[in-house]
Amino acid sequence: MSRQIPFSKRRLPTDKIFKISAMVAGSYVLVIIVLIVFQLSSESYPIWQREGLAFLTGSDWNAVEGRESFGAAPYILGTLVTASLAMIIGVPLSIGIAMFISQAPKYLSGPLSILIELLAAVPSIIYGLWGIFVFRQVMLDWVEYPLYEVFGDNVWIFSSAPFGLDIFSASVILAIMIIPTISAVSREIMIAVPQQQKEAAYMLGATKWEMFRLAVFPYAKTGLIGAAILGLGRAVGETMAVTMLIGNATGPSAFPQSLFQPGQTMSSIIANEFIEASPASLHLPALVGVGLILLLVAICINVVAHILVSRMLKVREGAINA
Amino acid sequence: MMSSSQKRAEYRLLFKQNVGGRLVVDKIMMGIVFGCVIAAVIPLGSILIEVFKNGISAISIEFLTQVPGAIGSGEGGIGPAIQGTLIIIGMSSMIGVPIGVMSGIFLAEFGDNRLGRTVRFFNDVFMEFPSIVLGIFAFLVIVLVLGHFSLWAGAFALSLIMFPIVARTTEESLKMVPMTYREAGIALGLKKWVITFRIVLSAAKSGMITGILLSVGRIGGETAPLIMTVLGSSQFFSGVDSPMDALPLRIWRMSLLPYDSAQMQGWGAALVLIIIILAINITVRYYFAKKSKKGNILSKLMGMRKK
Amino acid sequence: MDGKQDDIENIGDDHLDSEKKYKMIAENVSVFYDDVEAVKNVTMKFKERSVTSLIGPSGCGKTTFLRCLNRMHDMTKNARVQGRILLDGEDLYAKDKDPIYHRRKVGMVFQKPNPFPTMSIYDNVAAGLRLNGVKDRRILDEIVEDSLKMAYVWDEVKNNLKKPAIELSGGQQQRLCIARALAIQPEVLLMDEPASALDPIATQKIEETITELAREFTIIIVTHNMQQAVRVSDYTAFMYLGDLIEFNETKKIFTQPKNELTSKYVKGQFG
Repeated sequence: MSRQIPFSKRRLPTDKIFKISAMVAGSYVLVIIVLIVFQLSSESYPIWQREGLAFLTGSDWNAVEGRESFGAAPYILGTLVTASLAMIIGVPLSIGIAMFISQAPKYLSGPLSILIELLAAVPSIIYGLWGIFVFRQVMLDWVEYPLYEVFGDNVWIFSSAPFGLDIFSASVILAIMIIPTISAVSREIMIAVPQQQKEAAYMLGATKWEMFRLAVFPYAKTGLIGAAILGLGRAVGETMAVTMLIGNATGPSAFPQSLFQPGQTMSSIIANEFIEASPASLHLPALVGVGLILLLVAICINVVAHILVSRMLKVREGAINA
Repeated sequence: MMSSSQKRAEYRLLFKQNVGGRLVVDKIMMGIVFGCVIAAVIPLGSILIEVFKNGISAISIEFLTQVPGAIGSGEGGIGPAIQGTLIIIGMSSMIGVPIGVMSGIFLAEFGDNRLGRTVRFFNDVFMEFPSIVLGIFAFLVIVLVLGHFSLWAGAFALSLIMFPIVARTTEESLKMVPMTYREAGIALGLKKWVITFRIVLSAAKSGMITGILLSVGRIGGETAPLIMTVLGSSQFFSGVDSPMDALPLRIWRMSLLPYDSAQMQGWGAALVLIIIILAINITVRYYFAKKSKKGNILSKLMGMRKK
Repeated sequence: MDGKQDDIENIGDDHLDSEKKYKMIAENVSVFYDDVEAVKNVTMKFKERSVTSLIGPSGCGKTTFLRCLNRMHDMTKNARVQGRILLDGEDLYAKDKDPIYHRRKVGMVFQKPNPFPTMSIYDNVAAGLRLNGVKDRRILDEIVEDSLKMAYVWDEVKNNLKKPAIELSGGQQQRLCIARALAIQPEVLLMDEPASALDPIATQKIEETITELAREFTIIIVTHNMQQAVRVSDYTAFMYLGDLIEFNETKKIFTQPKNELTSKYVKGQFG
């Protein structure tokens, strides 16, 4: 081995430099996360100083100079309501899709996975465009009016006359948008259930559905919950489509009272008002404060989701014969 | 033992003999499951059809190349928006790809320790950060400091979406390169960085390109972080220090205008955007169809994207 | 190999237990994975209340064949089965019959113990009963106890029936899986190398269990271990590269095999 590559003859500690620069690049993400939390905290400091905890519980939203007053409660609630509704609609659908794809023959499961993944590739803004010009009318005619006519007088969530740009429309479009995430992760998790488990169920004479109940769901429960929470994280952070469909109420009227009422989420109020907000006033710190709350909520949700999903995918084989 | 076999015959009589009912339940459940698939495919179909149907009438050479006309006039085009989207993608990649690739190298080659696990975990969590928060961050550290909206701020915000995706895909691709490649390099007496850059990275190229393309597809459609960074403009490129337009921003502005002609232009811009993004996705799939056996990684990567 | 078909036809006509009926008959069974023929035109008859061993080197198709007898290949996406398999004269692969009808008559024990990890010992055994609509707690208790006793694991678990099945040792898990299969009161029991993952003591227990169960069940067992085949089975079939080479009484296969390949294999000259 006398023919050495010239690089290795240099005396420079190149490998050390290489390793250190890789570590620096790797740590970049940690630095950025810390910086983001720090920046958002410090820039929103004035609003916490001014409103204190009332920023979380109040509902006034007034940017007029001299009468400034900010409370984020309606938007926090708006985010929680739309995201929960999206989960209620989206999770069962996604699990169903994952069930179908995980046991379909290859010639079906391949193309279907691609279609579902394309659903994820469509940008949020296009969901929004489709939402206001196509989906809104369909929702009004086929879902909201019928519900309003039947339940409007008795059930408060269906009261107020529907308009199409409201909490319900925003939630349904969110549900559509989180389907690809939840179904892709759920499918991975269902496939990770060992074949022997499925065979054990079939051996007992289980039908397909019974096999899912006996072998797949109990085994995959943690992972499926993780997948759903991952979807929740996305629903919480989703901005454009929601902004375009939720009707954008502000102040106390943005409190979700009926599903057919305009509302506002944390991300939509930021998208709507951020560039109008003057850095000199409290308006900008208020919006940054909303961003901070949104970020903390999203971090919590995603940390939980990742712990659950990775635990499930790690456990897979090792669970039996331990 | 005779009694035992009698007992078993008796047990059998206790079983529900009618299996048909269970099969019906099974059929119904599987029908519902199939219904779920249909329910998800319908919106996708509707979106694609509507965008093509409405967008195609707006498309013309003029529309693709001109600056926007007066509001509501229905004249002009989305030239600056297309240009802006391409420039922002290029600039974000300049920042995001090197950091992502190095970070992926760290995770794959030096990541089997506490720091590695921490980075991997937070990388995954960071990938799910609401993009609008990244926009706020870029606004605070660039726009507010420099005092004006700029392409740089937008590119920085989007690079934050990009690099974790690139990092993870790089890591996954590097891990798929067989150990023997590295051992061969060591046997030749090569330094680690030479082995990594010359041998391992070139073996992992296709996976990394896929990751980069996926992240490009993702940031190409991002809107929220651009609102507070590049702002939007109706002029062609005039420097990385000034505001710029982008397709998603243009779609947003157009769709909010009360004029039919503006809305048609919005659809036209949406068609251009969706063609760019579908083209990227299809390229990725085609690329992968050739390099088979990596379907698993692909689905993992696909699962990482959002919005 | 010319005499192969004759050997098979002869079995059961001229030797012990000739009064027993055939429980299961496989006729011209072939299995394909995509285009690869893993089992080639195998015909075998299994007597009731007997133990049949399938032996042969790895990849000879014995497990593949065993799985046909319970239609386990239905779930393998690229597998295709040809031929007929009759259980008490009824074709398992008849088009209008869902496999769940006869899967309750044909229990199966797999190579690796596969209890449902989230369920208790009790629930594992009761799972099949609940599927079949047995809800009465007293009956469930009785059958669970009975099945665990038949699988010779009752004494070890009777005080911890609520314990997760996953906490049992490998051998106990495997016997639990036997109990789970027995609980649905099958008539035929298929076992795919049930002792391969176990230590010698657990193996001995499983073998004792098999011998006991043979008084009531038709048992077909795939094994790598020739001593095991000698110890537990009445009949032995030797398979090689997807072909059924020889099928006869165990004693004859091991003492006076008719085929040269069989002879070499049982003497340990290849495999």
